Amino acid sequence: MKAPLVRIKGLNVAFDGAPAVRGVDLAVHPGEALGLVGESGSGKSVTWLAALRLLPGKAAVQGRVTLDGRDLLSLPTPEMERIRGGRIGIIFQDPSSALNPVLTIRRQISEVLALHRGLSGSAIRAEAKRLLDLVGMPDAEGRLNSYPHEMSGGQNQRVMIAMALAGQPDLLVADEPTTALDVTIQAQILDLLQLIRREMGMALVLISHDLGVVAENCDRVAVMYAGRIVESGPAAALFDAPRHPYARGLIDALPTLEDTRRLAAIPGVVPDPRDMPRGCAFGPRCAHAGPECLLDSPPLRAVAPGRRLACARPDLDLTPARPTPAPHLAEVTS
Amino acid sequence: MSALLDLHDIARSYVTRKGLFGQRKLVRAVDGISLTVNPGETLGIVGESGSGKSTLGRMALGLETPDEGHVTFDGAPMPSHGTPAWRALRRQMQMVFQDPLGALDRRLPVIEQIIEPLIIHGIDGDHRRAGLTALSAVGLSADHGLRYPHELSGGQRQRVVIARALITDPRLLVCDEPVSALDVSIQAQVVNLLIDLQAARGLGMVFISHDLRVVRQIAARVAVMYLGRVVEEAAATDLFRAPQHPYTRALVSAAPSPGPRRIERVILTGEPPNPAARPTGCAFHPRCPVALPRCRTEAPALSRIAPGHAAACHLLSPAAKVAAR
Repeated sequence: MKAPLVRIKGLNVAFDGAPAVRGVDLAVHPGEALGLVGESGSGKSVTWLAALRLLPGKAAVQGRVTLDGRDLLSLPTPEMERIRGGRIGIIFQDPSSALNPVLTIRRQISEVLALHRGLSGSAIRAEAKRLLDLVGMPDAEGRLNSYPHEMSGGQNQRVMIAMALAGQPDLLVADEPTTALDVTIQAQILDLLQLIRREMGMALVLISHDLGVVAENCDRVAVMYAGRIVESGPAAALFDAPRHPYARGLIDALPTLEDTRRLAAIPGVVPDPRDMPRGCAFGPRCAHAGPECLLDSPPLRAVAPGRRLACARPDLDLTPARPTPAPHLAEVTS
Repeated sequence: MSALLDLHDIARSYVTRKGLFGQRKLVRAVDGISLTVNPGETLGIVGESGSGKSTLGRMALGLETPDEGHVTFDGAPMPSHGTPAWRALRRQMQMVFQDPLGALDRRLPVIEQIIEPLIIHGIDGDHRRAGLTALSAVGLSADHGLRYPHELSGGQRQRVVIARALITDPRLLVCDEPVSALDVSIQAQVVNLLIDLQAARGLGMVFISHDLRVVRQIAARVAVMYLGRVVEEAAATDLFRAPQHPYTRALVSAAPSPGPRRIERVILTGEPPNPAARPTGCAFHPRCPVALPRCRTEAPALSRIAPGHAAACHLLSPAAKVAAR
């Protein structure tokens, strides 16, 4: 396998002493689509915000994040600014708050082109229009003179993607890019991201709470829980036969259009970062927890080619969707 | 069996203006909808933003009065919002919204908020005991009752809202995106809870959501809305197995799933609908992959295409099928 484009090693992030990310190792290879799934508070966004140095000063970040062997976390700020928006593009959930409301789309895209591509004058004009065409914006020429509030959420997200692509990045980090959009528009935007990724040979990190979105758009997936990766592997294999009880639980809890079955809810709630349980963080909610789960936080180990698992009981038989066990009303959350 | 809730050809418009001095414009948020909910039945309403589904929910509860058409609850016309008759009826129809924190008072322990409807409606009895019963019915302990909203998780807060809605023993429950703000594992807990409570109490329920996957689990019948109108209505099983309207087909195919895909994905082109600029003819025609010239000028009526299955599409009307032959 080729050397990874970006490698995150031993990443730890804490806010006021409360850990948000606890030892994450992750590699993104050139051209691949990597999905990061987890529920709120799992650390999936914080991992990438920390890697790109977008967190506020009060966040304590430790570890190494390398791009072609250079450590991003110790890079001088001006160099880091060239990488963000240059080699690594970023898009967020809410495009309308990421765009400047008092500047036209043309001004905002032109700024990126001048900064990261050193273009000027008519070259900027032509490239700005080309980018809007690329992201499937109807009436690209006219839209360049629009302001963000004059456009829909889907159109604003297209503008954000165009701006992220302006620096011709090798990696695009998309943090819940379609969560604020309607489902038919979500399908359009995800389709667009796939198309562009294939055409430009760009790598994509897709951060999402939606397992379906990640399953359909990624080659490889990492599942996060309480600041750690609990399982990773090829998307198809992982969703077909997850080996971590939390990954299994997430899939069983997801309603499908195929049939109506009783959703297997995961009892309890995610742990408070200031008061982490002993041993495995998922232990208190895990139906398979045993005494060994209280000993240590299990490390992420290779269990099969391309598959890694952080579970003290790696050989569990996780048969899919147990048929309606105990009445869920007994699952009193505490 | 007479319907618990009957919406008959209801419509509601809002006035908007474009810009500070722009012209006033009437936007029809809901545009002639007829639906019924029987006792013990869950009707799912799906649609994207701007489809008018929340306005429909508010009219179903009498929170807004339709400009046209009428709403009947249990065989009698819905009294106007705020009247004593309407207030008296409110104990029989309750609602649950998306944001539980916004629906709760941060300064009161949740048990006091759960029993509040009993006080408002002057219902006698042991309120504290009723409150504890309601807490346990939604899977919370007495200890949870003493906490304040910010001391509970999102899923627990939504349980509190559900407990409060059910304490007056209503006959109709309208839920507007009740689980959209919750994480998957917690969402499953609340969905299961709603299904159980509905079955145990024989509630009539209107479940409004943009998430087809959740609606599939909970609703027996589903109406799909687009720009203020119902474009398809059928039993949930039929609607999701064989969606007929081109918009429903696109919606169903776009629902992301980690499993294998059953129907070919339809990616719509064009922008989401804007209620302030409703297209002529069939409102879906600018995005429709199979639109005919006729769709641009003539709005299709919602008509029966199979037993218990209605759709509003020129391509699905019996006449179109005859012409195709």
